[in-house]
Amino acid sequence: MRKSRSTAASLVGGTVVLGLVLTGCTGGSDGGGGGTQDEITQEQIDEAMQTPTQLTFWTWVPDIELEVAMFEEAYPEIDVTVENVGQGLAHYQKLRSALEAGEGAPDVAQVEYQYIPSFVLSESLLDLAPYGADDISGDYVEWAWNQVSPGDEVWGIPQDVGPMGNLYREDILAAAGITEPPATWEEYATAAQAVKDATGSYISNVGATQAGQMIGFFWQAGVKPFGYDGAETVTIDVNSDEAKQVADYWTELIQADLISTDVDFNDEWYQALANGKYAGWLTAAWGPVFLQGTAEGTSGLWRAAPLPQWSEGENVSGNWGGSSDAVLATSENPIAAYMLAQFINHDEASAMSLATEQFLFPPQVSVLEDPAFVDQKSEFYGGQEVNALFAEISETVDTDFEWLPFMDYVYSSYEETMGTVIADKGDISDALDAWQDQLVSYAESQGFTVE
Amino acid sequence: MSHSPSTSTTTDAVAADRVARPSRVAPQRRRHSLTTRRQHRAAYLFILPFFVIFLTMLVVPLVYAGYLSLFESRLIGGEQFAGLANYARAFADPSFWGGLGRVALFLVIQVPIMLGLALFFALALDTGRARGSRSIRLLIFMPYAVPAVIATLMWGYLYGPDFGPLAQVARGVGWGTPDFLSPGNILGSMMNIVTWEFIGYNMIIMYAALRAIPAELYEAAEIEGAGQFRIAWSIKIPSIRPAILLTVIFSVIGSFQLFNEPSLLNAIAPDAITNSFTPNYYAYNLAFINRELNYAAAIAFLLGLVIAVVSYVVQLGEQRREQRERKGL
Repeated sequence: MRKSRSTAASLVGGTVVLGLVLTGCTGGSDGGGGGTQDEITQEQIDEAMQTPTQLTFWTWVPDIELEVAMFEEAYPEIDVTVENVGQGLAHYQKLRSALEAGEGAPDVAQVEYQYIPSFVLSESLLDLAPYGADDISGDYVEWAWNQVSPGDEVWGIPQDVGPMGNLYREDILAAAGITEPPATWEEYATAAQAVKDATGSYISNVGATQAGQMIGFFWQAGVKPFGYDGAETVTIDVNSDEAKQVADYWTELIQADLISTDVDFNDEWYQALANGKYAGWLTAAWGPVFLQGTAEGTSGLWRAAPLPQWSEGENVSGNWGGSSDAVLATSENPIAAYMLAQFINHDEASAMSLATEQFLFPPQVSVLEDPAFVDQKSEFYGGQEVNALFAEISETVDTDFEWLPFMDYVYSSYEETMGTVIADKGDISDALDAWQDQLVSYAESQGFTVE
Repeated sequence: MSHSPSTSTTTDAVAADRVARPSRVAPQRRRHSLTTRRQHRAAYLFILPFFVIFLTMLVVPLVYAGYLSLFESRLIGGEQFAGLANYARAFADPSFWGGLGRVALFLVIQVPIMLGLALFFALALDTGRARGSRSIRLLIFMPYAVPAVIATLMWGYLYGPDFGPLAQVARGVGWGTPDFLSPGNILGSMMNIVTWEFIGYNMIIMYAALRAIPAELYEAAEIEGAGQFRIAWSIKIPSIRPAILLTVIFSVIGSFQLFNEPSLLNAIAPDAITNSFTPNYYAYNLAFINRELNYAAAIAFLLGLVIAVVSYVVQLGEQRREQRERKGL
């Protein structure tokens, strides 16, 4: 049925057809309250899992074939093809193009939390609640589950998360007379001065165009920059007073040349991490393993600590990154597709394998409590139990944080407004105003009601 | 009187000829038209593959883009007919004009430098006086064999302010750290990449044209006492003017389509490269980041129009010049 429609796609134009396909395939999502769709029974699931089925799975997680093989072993009738169509933006562009063309979209796709709302908006995701996904909500840390399930619907199964912490070079900080990691942001600023004076290193780098990191800082500070009601109303408040406090803090450090603002994730930045230009990196739970690969030569010198806090005695963190596996509404085998997304991220052996073989930081409570994961000592971090630390941090992430349904634009606009100002050591608060203006005018031009 | 018989014979002869001619000519013409028809058929067959690809890869997408550019689609509210609203928006869009201005600047600075150097190398190699001219020719051409993506990544590394070799050498000599990736310098850095890459390509076109000039011309000039520079200026360059014009037109089109360099350098200099740095890059970002496919189509259409007009003006200017010179002679 969809085939004949997709041939029409090339003639009539994408969006019209997308509308057709979606009205044809998603029964319950427009109700908004869930419940309109019948629960899938265990019998239906059993039947589907015993029917020979072909599934396509788009993801950029390296070696995920490992976990897929476990799934195929458990359900021999299901055959999964894993395709890596690119990481991040490239992946979403191809996903949107396939959806728009009405042909070629996978059954299951990796979707980062911040991109879920944009696919919900285009009604491209299947609500997994009727398939039994709401029964496993308690198996995940609360804030991670809220990311995939802001209301009654469930838009994906959490795969990994990025609660933020502070990785630092113990030797460089020690050379500046700092033996304990800074507990507050105030102490962090003082330490930054000491480190710069004594060693010439920057205590950390804040990537000029790294929206994810800055949003993580906002998250920690309790800023709620974005909101989306799932329909036509968005909340945009990136230049709130709380956000400006965070911005002023960084403006001061950057203008005093205590924090560098190099663009991150390129060769120069890797080198700087490896050779001590930066004495630390404020990063997410996926950072420790990433750093291990990037700065091999500095093994044993690094330590991990929680993020500095805004007020003493507090213990909160933000999140940077993390993905879920979602089922596309266009899938012709929704039950099998749901089972794949669920199995990979929920089955004990598979979830454990993701955490210990691929080093994805797990959102599942069971893995976060499993000694096999938590008690791992890391040589790179001087024998520290880094997983245990981030498992603790994971519980301190503010549970409510929403995204806008057009995060591609939000990030690109961040680069235009915030990125240039941060790189020029300008006033970040002013840049927040510019960012706010761009986001509001874009949202309005796209037909949203802005609150 | 004596005239009349002869006149009549002539008339008869003419008449006879007139009668006879059709019968004599007709089979020939038939044979001729048969071969031409066969030739035409072969010609069409030969250009058919081109037309198939031209239609499916160029005309159809072009028409589709033109069609798309007449609509407006929003994330909320869907798609509706917008007439020429997207074009009106483009005319009032400073981002579009900014990008167009940037590629125009690129065009007037980079293209003369690149083609000047290409011409210089082509002439130098053509004198046959350079030793090892074959390997030199290959060396100059080699950058063109490096894919643009790789070339840009490579230069991105060379430009690096901390660990890039250029910056390290500059620091070693005591010149401080040059910032090739700053907002003010990035266009120049791009010009350098493109120049490096395309000198060889343009040189080969010019060199091939130079080899086609008959050597007698040079002999004559040498007998008259002309030196190499005089020969180059008065014989070689005028003779290969069509080839030079070709490289100019290619460069005009290439400059306006600048895309690889900004999109790749954006990874290391995102603060210096805005999302509307060049019109092509702008159209890409509009379509895939802002999800304004319709407006992107309008921008792409306008860009195509600008390229067509500029290329035409360049060609027209050259034709006028030729005509003037011919009259002058």
